Amino acid sequence: MSTRTANPMWSALASAFRTNKTSWVGFVMIVLIILAALLAPVLAPADPIEQDILRKLEPPSAESILGTDSFGRDILSRILYGARISLVVGLASILIASLIGGALGVIAGYVGGRVDRLIMGAMDVMLAFPTLLLGLMIVAMIGPSLQNLIIAIALTEIAPFARIARAPTLLLREREFIEAGRALGFSDLRLMFVHILPNIVSDLVVMGTLWMAQAIRTEASLSFIGLGVPPPTATWGSMVREGFEHILDAPWLAVLPSLAILLTVIALNMLGDGLRDAIDPKLRRE
Amino acid sequence: MLRYVAKRLLFTLPILFVVATCVFQLARVVPGDPALVILGDQANAEALQALRQRMGLDRSLMAQYLSFLWDTVRGDLGLSLSSNRTVWSEISAVLPFTIELTIAATFVGVVLGVPVGVLAALRRNRVADYVTRLLSLAGLSFPAFVSGILLLLAFAVQLRWFPVVSRIVINDPLTRLHNLVLPSINLGLIMAAYVTRVTRSSMLGVLTEDYMRTARAKGLSRRRIVWSHGLRNALIPIVTVVGLYFGTMIGNSVLTEIVFNRPGVGKLILGALQSRDYTLLQGLMIVFAFFVVMVNLCTDLVYGLIDPRVKAR
Amino acid sequence: MSLLSVSGLTTEFRTDAGWRAAVRDVDLEVGANETLAIVGESGSGKSVTALSILRLLPEAGARIAGGSCLFEGRDLAHLDETAMQAIRGARIGMVFQEPMTALNPTMTIGNQIGEVLVRHRGMPRAEARAETLRLLERVRLPSPARRIDDYPHQFSGGMRQRVVIAMAIACRPALLLADEPTTALDVTIQAQILRLLKELQRENGMGMIFITHNLGVVAQIADRVAVMYAGRIVESAPVDEIFARPLHPYTRGLLQAMPRHDRMQDLEPIPGAVPSIRETIVGCAFAPRCPLRIARCVEAPPLDAVGENHAVRCWVAAEKVPA
Repeated sequence: MSTRTANPMWSALASAFRTNKTSWVGFVMIVLIILAALLAPVLAPADPIEQDILRKLEPPSAESILGTDSFGRDILSRILYGARISLVVGLASILIASLIGGALGVIAGYVGGRVDRLIMGAMDVMLAFPTLLLGLMIVAMIGPSLQNLIIAIALTEIAPFARIARAPTLLLREREFIEAGRALGFSDLRLMFVHILPNIVSDLVVMGTLWMAQAIRTEASLSFIGLGVPPPTATWGSMVREGFEHILDAPWLAVLPSLAILLTVIALNMLGDGLRDAIDPKLRRE
Repeated sequence: MLRYVAKRLLFTLPILFVVATCVFQLARVVPGDPALVILGDQANAEALQALRQRMGLDRSLMAQYLSFLWDTVRGDLGLSLSSNRTVWSEISAVLPFTIELTIAATFVGVVLGVPVGVLAALRRNRVADYVTRLLSLAGLSFPAFVSGILLLLAFAVQLRWFPVVSRIVINDPLTRLHNLVLPSINLGLIMAAYVTRVTRSSMLGVLTEDYMRTARAKGLSRRRIVWSHGLRNALIPIVTVVGLYFGTMIGNSVLTEIVFNRPGVGKLILGALQSRDYTLLQGLMIVFAFFVVMVNLCTDLVYGLIDPRVKAR
Repeated sequence: MSLLSVSGLTTEFRTDAGWRAAVRDVDLEVGANETLAIVGESGSGKSVTALSILRLLPEAGARIAGGSCLFEGRDLAHLDETAMQAIRGARIGMVFQEPMTALNPTMTIGNQIGEVLVRHRGMPRAEARAETLRLLERVRLPSPARRIDDYPHQFSGGMRQRVVIAMAIACRPALLLADEPTTALDVTIQAQILRLLKELQRENGMGMIFITHNLGVVAQIADRVAVMYAGRIVESAPVDEIFARPLHPYTRGLLQAMPRHDRMQDLEPIPGAVPSIRETIVGCAFAPRCPLRIARCVEAPPLDAVGENHAVRCWVAAEKVPA
């Protein structure tokens, strides 16, 4: 008996792509953004952190397509390299959050009782703190660096993943194949992670897409505030921050990286939203 | 109704307690010796020790925690480390700005989001619906500083309808209102995106209910059916989202205050983080938690007003 | 002259296979003071017929593809929405099957009844409230003065159905459409509601279309009966005639499936199921389930008059061919 092929959600996801144009558009956009980030060393016309004081604040021109910033650095190159930071922080923090949150949710749903109440109570308290403020506090405490940003953002998103994983686990726990597994003497751990987890992975993937959008937005916001990966590394949020100081004489400095953030977040939201619609109607109408 | 309110109020106490405890712990983890922060690197050891004693930092953590709880219950949030004014006076100086921003933004979000969401539901799967869904998806993708910068560029830099850097004017209500417009539209548009989506889906559910057909069978006008019978039943998820958005809005207001250079609680937090002013941070967190809990309480009370079945439970 | 005269009514639904008819070519007549029962299994098109008359089907998914519904000199099938609104609730009232969900949970029952009076009879609120009280008393809701400001969830199913009935008759309509009004209720309450409907009909001289799958209820309330199958009327006759001389094999099947205390033998449910709206029907729709099926049943039989006021849609029963 294969629990994976028995899962109707995978086919629902596949059909979502066939019928939902929005998720296709999002998917194509995201693939392009990832390619741009991967190929940054090839695509970038200049070194993203090399300063050239003589060429500062140049508007877009043939020489530098998107212009230069106040240190004479090439904006296009910085945006391409900045994509790497956003994607790495988004992806890594979501992976950590979904692993920890997913595991907590499955355990809470599967074991139930006091364990459930304890885990979900803790998650509720975490949810009570606004994401950005929680991230802000954590980064301020442990100091801004790529690794710390990932940790901080991951911490802010554990609670939603725990919730997402718990609900279907409660339903699956009562299903026959889990009963059968129990009768066959499988350990709880095996049942949880070999039999239940594959069945909720598609849920986690869909919500992961949406929460990755949120993670990228949080990273950009923290960078904008000045709590991101420290300079001179190119990040979209810090580019907006620096550009904002020249909003009157060189507005493109702030606008271009802003658009990069916006497009990435929209792409992920379009992808995730379409996919969620596909698996939503019966499963998550609360 | 009174019993319902009392029950809800009682329910908020443990939450506030947990939050206060978390805040106390969090603030203790912020690195840096507060006494050192206040007196600076050149301070001598005796002065540092004297200050620590005065601030109670030499006592055990438990003693500090208990006195912190007692002070908090009495409404005493302590002295700000960086300014030597009371935390409460620091906060209350800027709180009105944040409150007016929040209220104005909620107004924009609801007044825009609810009608658009209802219309999208009524035009399901037609052009207006698709456009609304796309716009609201884009709207909730905006980081608040990105939308803020775009608004600032369009309406302050290009059109010159608003000042780029707003002066802090407290005494002139008109100027103050003028300064409020762009920031509250910025926060409100993002909120409207959420409200539109939840209104649409909630309304879609309500439109197929039996009582909607009964209302039609009574010969009521379409307007009355939708806005009076339909919307009222669709309201609970909408109120939930408005309440939930409050937390996000606190975060977004930090960004909005930076972009529009507005005084407010958001900027106070940044200052407190930079100067490691942990009593101020504690106080801010307590105030936030209090507001979040109060907003939750209000949502619960509004549920009771909307749907008589809620009170019966 | 009859109050409502439906002829050739055809209603279609949008399906993934295009527009499909749920009601085909239905003719009905109801006079003042008369009760017409429409009988059939679920999916036979009887509710759709009633909803079509009042034009309550969702516009996006359903349409009236043909026919007319003459009522008080106007064709309801071709009236615009505003004119229909003036008729709904005022000249034609409707009672629904599920009293638990037919009332708005966030509005007091008093306001739900009152708004009909305000809308159609232009009453000021205070007057509407007094009239609402009178109506609640009329449908025998206990202590109406105390309960007028209660919400639906505070009432039992039977009481809610009384509220729905009060709403439907508030403007003394000439016609009442009752769509399985007693199906969701238990037997004693059922009898009370039927009696109430009968009384109200006599008082106001209403015509009534009573939709049910329960032939026992038909015997208690109807003057004439139309039996529907797969969107068509297959037999129509006065109530006594239907019970004394059922002709269509489907009608007979329904009668045999009816529980009766004077008959000890086992119930005989009709084997098979009503064809779905997606199926294309060739010939007689009932043929696949019919015990009397003959070769000619691949042709669609017409609704033939077989006696005074009695018509049947069946080659065998109409005795066009030797049985």
